[in-house]
Amino acid sequence: MPDTVAATAIPTRRRKSRRPVWEEPPTRIGQMSKGVILTLIVLAVVFPLWVVVITSLSTQEAINRAGGLVVIPTDVSLQAYREIFSGGVVTRAVMVSLGVTAIGTAFSLTVTVMAAYGLSRPGSLLHRPLLFTVLLTFLFVPGLIPTYLLVSSLGLIDSYAALILPTAVSAFNLVVMRSFFMGIPSELIDSARIDGAGEFRILTRIVLPLSKAVTAVVGMFYAVGYWNAFFNALLYLHDNRKWPLQMVLRTYVLDAQHMPGVGASADADIVGGAVPTLAIRMAVVVIAILPVLAIYPFVQRHFTKGVIIGAIKG
Amino acid sequence: MSTRTALPPQETADADQPAAAPQPPVPRRPPLRYRLRRDWPLLLMTTPAVGLLVVFHYIPVLGNVIAFQDYSPWTGIRGSPFVGFAEFQTMFSDPYFWDAVVNTLTITTFQLIFYFPIPIALALLLNSLLSPRIRMLIQAVVYLPHFFSWVLVITLFQQMLGGAGLLSQVMRQYGADGLNIMTNPDTFIFLVTAQSVWKDAGWGAIIFLAALSTVDQTQYEAAAVDGAGRWRRLWHITLPSLRPVIVLLLILRLGEALTVGFEQFILQRDAVGWEAAEVLDTYVYYEGIVSSNWSYAAAAGLFKGVVGLILVLIANRVAHALGEQGVYQRA
Repeated sequence: MPDTVAATAIPTRRRKSRRPVWEEPPTRIGQMSKGVILTLIVLAVVFPLWVVVITSLSTQEAINRAGGLVVIPTDVSLQAYREIFSGGVVTRAVMVSLGVTAIGTAFSLTVTVMAAYGLSRPGSLLHRPLLFTVLLTFLFVPGLIPTYLLVSSLGLIDSYAALILPTAVSAFNLVVMRSFFMGIPSELIDSARIDGAGEFRILTRIVLPLSKAVTAVVGMFYAVGYWNAFFNALLYLHDNRKWPLQMVLRTYVLDAQHMPGVGASADADIVGGAVPTLAIRMAVVVIAILPVLAIYPFVQRHFTKGVIIGAIKG
Repeated sequence: MSTRTALPPQETADADQPAAAPQPPVPRRPPLRYRLRRDWPLLLMTTPAVGLLVVFHYIPVLGNVIAFQDYSPWTGIRGSPFVGFAEFQTMFSDPYFWDAVVNTLTITTFQLIFYFPIPIALALLLNSLLSPRIRMLIQAVVYLPHFFSWVLVITLFQQMLGGAGLLSQVMRQYGADGLNIMTNPDTFIFLVTAQSVWKDAGWGAIIFLAALSTVDQTQYEAAAVDGAGRWRRLWHITLPSLRPVIVLLLILRLGEALTVGFEQFILQRDAVGWEAAEVLDTYVYYEGIVSSNWSYAAAAGLFKGVVGLILVLIANRVAHALGEQGVYQRA
């Protein structure tokens, strides 16, 4: 649709139709069914989130009145959030998840950016074997058991490093970044080199500022991966006091049970020794969603630019 | 699925042909010492990532030798005796293993039919929207669930459709019995497919949308002038332009014929029972991590990996034979 951008440039009195002249006018039934389908799709995503948020903000009376989940807000209260943030399992799990996500993302992004740049110049020393090493990982899946045995023989069981190191580098992200870097005009890089800039300086001063979109998207992929990581924690963290939020979400909310093995006082803080109330459980769900929702709008507009150009160029 | 499926087709191609590099072909390579002095910072930058991939990807691949051993953690890989294909023989005669294989194949086939076309349809629908504002808004909404964890997705489904969920709640208010979709093994296959669609169909559309945006618009105009209606333009212009992407994704999908959402099934196996929810990945997990049958579980995992690799290679061959580009250029 080339005319969509142009239309905003000059304010016209009547908005021009975006439909090309040769296209037949839409039928009313077609338009209506399209509208209905799209509305249903959007509702399918938004409605569960709405119900969860509203329930987490409801008082116990409102939940009792509704017979469970609350769709239309009546009494709003922050009681559930106050309870889970008064210290205890959820607070600690949020800290663990935030820490792992922050450190892991910084580490992964640094390593990936450097390698993507290091592999972005065909003809450099060992370029082909190194690139081949990266690409070959797409064909072979290492397998769960050998990976587990490796991580345990490295002594990483029950350490937070086990949540970061095994999944620190995604070959996919690396390749996406690399092909983005390769699209940067080599004249820019050559001229910087003639001016005496080293490779690290070229990367930080020229290449990265030109690659904000892809860096944002890859950074979000990593961050979301760390925040959402559940299976790594299930495998490698046997000590449930170290659990990240997704494990807590599973135990408290999905399976609706106590956290096993956690001291009675920590349990009592949150659930009063019983299965957590619906409002508290929904509040944990909201906390698990919140960081994703918070960064999503900033990164979302880069998706097509950052990912697609890298992934299926041409 | 989508993050892996968008694997760029031309990467391996350009690894094979470095002559396509920006600089003109130099008749003679510069000497090694010069290249080392010139390129050592690049090597240094590449090392951490490649090192991590070697440690956490290549070494575990080699670690699969325990599938041919009677491995015990006390003696280690070096001290454990080799037993050849004994573990595989046990495995192939184990009915539970075949149950897991059949479950996995049933679910992936089902999803190929009922999941795979949905992102394409969604992309076509989004592409037909003329208002960029509405389009952006709907795209933002449908991409979002891709970034939710499986724990979260299943929790949301449980709250909506589970025994204590919203659906049952409403049904009870109208005097009906509540129904628990989350624990019914008979409808489990529909449930997991619905979950996958909810989570990833929107994100899966992104790659088709990108392919659609490269279609030359004048083709549509020419076709319309020649009297082709909306559906004929769809059939003769739009779908052919999507064909390379569809073939690519089908190949990758075939390579994952034995792979289903790992976390998705681990999380729900207890609720619906293993008869319906045991897939190869969960089988490996329970045999290995839970029951400590290390060699046996490694054999099952290796079986899965090798079959997947063979399937990708076959599918790629077929794609080449059909004149498509496929995943990579040279086998």
